[in-house]
Amino acid sequence: MTTDANDTTPVFGSTQHRGDGSAPPTLNRRLPPIAELAVASVALMLSGGVYLAAHLPRHPPLAPAVGLLAGGGALTIAAMVLLSRLRPFAWGTFFLVARWALLAYVVIAGILGFVFVFDHTRGATLAVLILTLVVFALDVPTIIAFTVARYNEAGPTKDTATH
Amino acid sequence: MADVVHEAELALRQVPPVEAVTARPPRNFQIVPLRGLPVVAVILAGLVATIATNQLWAIDFFHVVGGGMWTALDLFLGFVIGPILGRLSIPARTEFTTRFMPKMVLIMPTLVICTLAAGWQLARHLGTIDASYSHHGWVVASVIVVAVMAVIALGVLEPANIAVLFELNKPQPNGEIIGRLMRRFIFTAGITGAMQVATLVIMTRIATT
Repeated sequence: MTTDANDTTPVFGSTQHRGDGSAPPTLNRRLPPIAELAVASVALMLSGGVYLAAHLPRHPPLAPAVGLLAGGGALTIAAMVLLSRLRPFAWGTFFLVARWALLAYVVIAGILGFVFVFDHTRGATLAVLILTLVVFALDVPTIIAFTVARYNEAGPTKDTATH
Repeated sequence: MADVVHEAELALRQVPPVEAVTARPPRNFQIVPLRGLPVVAVILAGLVATIATNQLWAIDFFHVVGGGMWTALDLFLGFVIGPILGRLSIPARTEFTTRFMPKMVLIMPTLVICTLAAGWQLARHLGTIDASYSHHGWVVASVIVVAVMAVIALGVLEPANIAVLFELNKPQPNGEIIGRLMRRFIFTAGITGAMQVATLVIMTRIATT
């Protein structure tokens, strides 16, 4: 995610002064609640984690944790579907940010997963925790990348950006 | 708490109109400082080794040092740097942001993962995470506070921080976008700072009762 400013003279604030007085399109454009859905999913994932942590070392009823996981997963899928339908969108910027953020959060989720495995968490509880971490590791990069890309002018299409 | 919110609101109201000011962000700043990555890698490797060896002192070290720095940084950012940042001129704010924020991109996630992973292991080691622990309610409360802070930090604060850096790195940064994102950043930093006070109360209660 290392990007350097190019050699053109940067003038902060200058893009707002348009001849017709209109604001830049990136500010005025209304987008679906992609970040909101992903943040809600993160909240559900963390709630599931708190629920499981509050019952240790006993094996708590997994239904609430599975329900939170399913709800969060559904919100993440909804966010991804809405995201995939965005045209035009700064997909180049989105994927640039998303892949580095994903790398960072895979490392973070991996360390947390390692702790659970190391502590002999096993079976269905471990499966729920690992899936929770997977959804979490998808949500956060999506939020970061979407927030960055929404303020960028639409570049190449998603297809060209990914190839 | 009310004073803190008032201070943050005051700072937000005093944000200079970005349309009126022209500033030049420094060139060639890195959104993620590459020189810091080896340091982060060493710290994370130390964390994993500490958990794997399960040494109480080392686990306690990572949790206390990480948590102390995380709390101090959140409080300092929310109640000291944030209000000051809101009152700076646009050139000064830009200059500060491009030097300060990239470092935070590396520092904060590293501190958070060290605190949480070592804290979990420490709680398992000491038995404070067990439901039978006499102050289990306080432990659960601390986990809830951390979860709320995580939602705010991961969902609002960090994305705003990175979006500001991307905007500042453009040939012609948009002042209105930066102003909007910075307001969000300053306000949420104030909220997480206030929540860190709750963390301090809970942790000192657990340690002394």
